[in-house]
Amino acid sequence: MVSLQAVKLTLFGVATLFALVAAGRAQDQMFAFHMMIFATLALIFFFRSFKPRALTPLGVGPAHPSEERYEISVLRFGLIATVFWGCVGFLMGVIVASQLAWPALNLDLPWTTFGRLRPVHTSAVIFAFGGTALITTSLYVVQRTSGAPLWSRNLAWFVMLGYQLFILLAASSYVMGGSQSREYAEPEWYIDLWLTVVWVAYLALFLGTLFRRKEPHIYVANWFYLAFIVTVAMLHVVNNLAVPVSFFGAKSYSAFSGVQDALTQWWYGHNAVGFFLTAGFLGMMYYFVPKQAERPVYSYRLSIVHFWALIFLYIWAGPHHLHYTALPNWAQTLGMVFSIMLWMPSWGGMINGLMTLSGAWDKLRTDPIIRMMVAAIAFYGMSTFEGPLMSIRAVNSLSHYTDWTIGHVHSGALGWVGMISFGAVYYMAPRLWGRERLYSLAMVSWHFWLATAGIVLYASAMWVSGIMQGLMWRETNELGFLVYSFAETVEAMHPFYVIRVLGGVLYLLGGLIMAWNIWKTIRGDVRVEAEHYTTVPGPVSAPAATPAE
Amino acid sequence: MSIWTHHKKIEKNATLLLVLSFIVVAIGGLVEIAPLFYLQNTIEKVQGMRPYTPLELVGRNVYIREGCYLCHSQMVRPMRDEVERYGHFSLAAESMYDHPFQWGSKRTGPDLARVGGKYSNDWHRQHLIAPRSLVPESIMPGYAFLMERDVDGRDIVDHLRANVTVGVPYTEEMIRNAQRDLFAQARPDSGDVDGLIERYGDTAVVADFDGQPNRVTEMDALIAYLQMLGTLVDFSTYDATARENLR
Repeated sequence: MVSLQAVKLTLFGVATLFALVAAGRAQDQMFAFHMMIFATLALIFFFRSFKPRALTPLGVGPAHPSEERYEISVLRFGLIATVFWGCVGFLMGVIVASQLAWPALNLDLPWTTFGRLRPVHTSAVIFAFGGTALITTSLYVVQRTSGAPLWSRNLAWFVMLGYQLFILLAASSYVMGGSQSREYAEPEWYIDLWLTVVWVAYLALFLGTLFRRKEPHIYVANWFYLAFIVTVAMLHVVNNLAVPVSFFGAKSYSAFSGVQDALTQWWYGHNAVGFFLTAGFLGMMYYFVPKQAERPVYSYRLSIVHFWALIFLYIWAGPHHLHYTALPNWAQTLGMVFSIMLWMPSWGGMINGLMTLSGAWDKLRTDPIIRMMVAAIAFYGMSTFEGPLMSIRAVNSLSHYTDWTIGHVHSGALGWVGMISFGAVYYMAPRLWGRERLYSLAMVSWHFWLATAGIVLYASAMWVSGIMQGLMWRETNELGFLVYSFAETVEAMHPFYVIRVLGGVLYLLGGLIMAWNIWKTIRGDVRVEAEHYTTVPGPVSAPAATPAE
Repeated sequence: MSIWTHHKKIEKNATLLLVLSFIVVAIGGLVEIAPLFYLQNTIEKVQGMRPYTPLELVGRNVYIREGCYLCHSQMVRPMRDEVERYGHFSLAAESMYDHPFQWGSKRTGPDLARVGGKYSNDWHRQHLIAPRSLVPESIMPGYAFLMERDVDGRDIVDHLRANVTVGVPYTEEMIRNAQRDLFAQARPDSGDVDGLIERYGDTAVVADFDGQPNRVTEMDALIAYLQMLGTLVDFSTYDATARENLR
């Protein structure tokens, strides 16, 4: 067995040298800093290769007996990272929202202005929180619905830790001023290359585990996870095509320009929503809602129809981000038509999720986790109705460039993505650490109400400010002159920006309560609580009804 | 009934599921994006478009680095109020050399597609240093630190070459003189200005933008970029209703 160790030593040794040379020849500080990170990590793994050690599972004690067949240590890490990044992302949101309400908070330092911190917020919630939640749950679900452990333990750790490294590189680059200026694809070319490597490993891991399955059928949740992984790979590679100024520097120029670049970016941008934030999280819904409700999925045929329709139609919707721009009219019209059609498969998913509770609606009164999941599906239905509405050109002429879009995104992100992830976290935590139940269900209930109140404040403030600003911009008097200067519309936004901060603070508080609850659950504490919570199904009482384990 | 039994084949074969999913998601992008590269009428025929001068390019990179696009669009839509407020609606041709595009998606601040020439250099400098000293309602961050950051132009040739690789028509002469042109634009008294104008035309605004005659800073570069925005196309020769411009 000399060979494997020799290969590892060579690999990490060469990687260390390459990274050091790149750091030495770097054209800018950011590139040097990132190459030093790569060099340090490669060096750590170089020395680890002399004496291989298994990464020890996080937390105390074994998992729940139902989990014993499966790989869980990487999932324990993923769950903790999900909760951590959630709180970081919400905090960043509160900070940038406060900067819009009180501009002095920009501090006018290079690395603290809104322009640099806003991508930190969006990437922290979408990629750090959402992405880690997706990787963690997909690896949890694919093992259980396939009846097989992960294809490779080492590959799973590479995917999980490699993705965390991507997050750190991306976030630090924004603060230091490295951005491609492509919304939700800001990282520069070498960070994109790293993510490509990690993502291909993720696809291999997921597919490899599917190949090992004991069940003849691939469970519906895995269709959505698989479509999410493969589509994000396609979008990421095409949208980030660029030519670096130097191979030792961060800056690059996009391969496309102007109108072609714009549509490529929004083809990516809208499907970051469609596949990252929708298809992946529908996969989550299809596993965790039936499990927590102890009911089978409502309709198998509906899931087939809405799966194919959703992934086919979503990809066309990008041009609705470019209505009335210099994008040719035919492309705008296509984008609008497909966006409206998209309403149907979206609601197909909502109906399938909600109707899974048929015969179990009483659980809404007693089980705060189910309540969270149902609220998530309800928000999904609401924002997938609002989306097609806003994609209509006439509506878009008012809503575009305003806070209405921000409100729409957050009703989907805070309501759907956040709530369904919280539900999955609460479901997985006691099982992964072998606990009888969560530390506290009352705290889940508190989390639910704080988050819901936060979303209501946030979304309604943005609806009002967005529509108001859109109307103020176009207001003309009887002589045909514009009534408001731009600065007057900015001034009018202030109260709504303050309300938004308040909503964000409530949502953040809910996230912190979750972190505390999960921490206590991992430690094995159980809070003494009122009787009505004891009827909630936990790992001990759950009689594994559906889907197949 | 048959369709559901057929679907079982897909459900039992992960490779088939993967391949079919990929085909299904590839279609929309191919149909919508690919034609933009070969349909002749995607970009209007206009007079006046030119590549960015070296100083403007540096300024544009500052604009990108600081995330200005997050609050300022550069895309005037053809609506009465927007044309009234900002000027002629934006053409696709006006961003044909923009790698990447800067159309934006949000107007927390006003559109900047035609901000060039609307305010003085002094106004821009003061506004960038302390926005609320000129516009009390503004919520823009201050960028005083740009005054302290010198532009060295060390790698400006590499920047132009990378642009050439992605299709921007910089000539060999422009590349050879890139560093000289970079400094000439912020030094109106230097002898190199004529060469700059010869290469880029008189839409290149030459001035000591930041009011620090001995230095060329990122403030110079950013203001040079802002002062040029939307000024290139000669609208006296542009007919919006001409057949080749109807899209």
